[in-house]
Amino acid sequence: MSFRAGEEVVVKNDWPETRGPAHIRTPHYVRGRRGRVVRRLGAFPNPEDLAFARPAAPRDLYHVSFAMRELWPEGGGDEVVVELYEHWLERP
Amino acid sequence: MNSDNPPAHHDMGGVPRFMCEAVDVSPHELNDFDRDVDAVRGLLSAKKIMSVDELRRGIEAIPEAEYRRLSYYGRWIRSIADNLLLKRVFTEAELRAEMER
Repeated sequence: MSFRAGEEVVVKNDWPETRGPAHIRTPHYVRGRRGRVVRRLGAFPNPEDLAFARPAAPRDLYHVSFAMRELWPEGGGDEVVVELYEHWLERP
Repeated sequence: MNSDNPPAHHDMGGVPRFMCEAVDVSPHELNDFDRDVDAVRGLLSAKKIMSVDELRRGIEAIPEAEYRRLSYYGRWIRSIADNLLLKRVFTEAELRAEMER
């Protein structure tokens, strides 16, 4: 799935590390949270496969911006920008 | 954060602990051990034996108690050893014999 700049997205609330050996680049604090695509950064071999020396298909990587308050209730009015791969993002 | 799923011990961003506990940001000198580990890691990449992604996966697989006890480069060499054992570059007996030399 590909996304446009400005589009609203929800990060999958998935916890592969609880199901067995995993390597993921999606921090715990954005999972299940709603953010906005800032820009597409390019396509890169999926690190979740590279980590196990498996063939790794290219996946789009995005800058996704979250309101700090969306992540932490005590957060101020700032934003947090996180790099996230396309397969972690869904349309709300 | 989903409270049903506490973050893995290496997934430290945004963890409440750091609101109470200052992060050590003082500059620190690399020692000979650190440089050796870094050089070994570089060689393994150059020879296409082990990638940085595999290094990271190995670091994340270190059991929590050991993860907390090890230094930054201590975690690297532990991951490198685990990866090379897994890839059968050397055996546990060979590694032990080298370490006891």
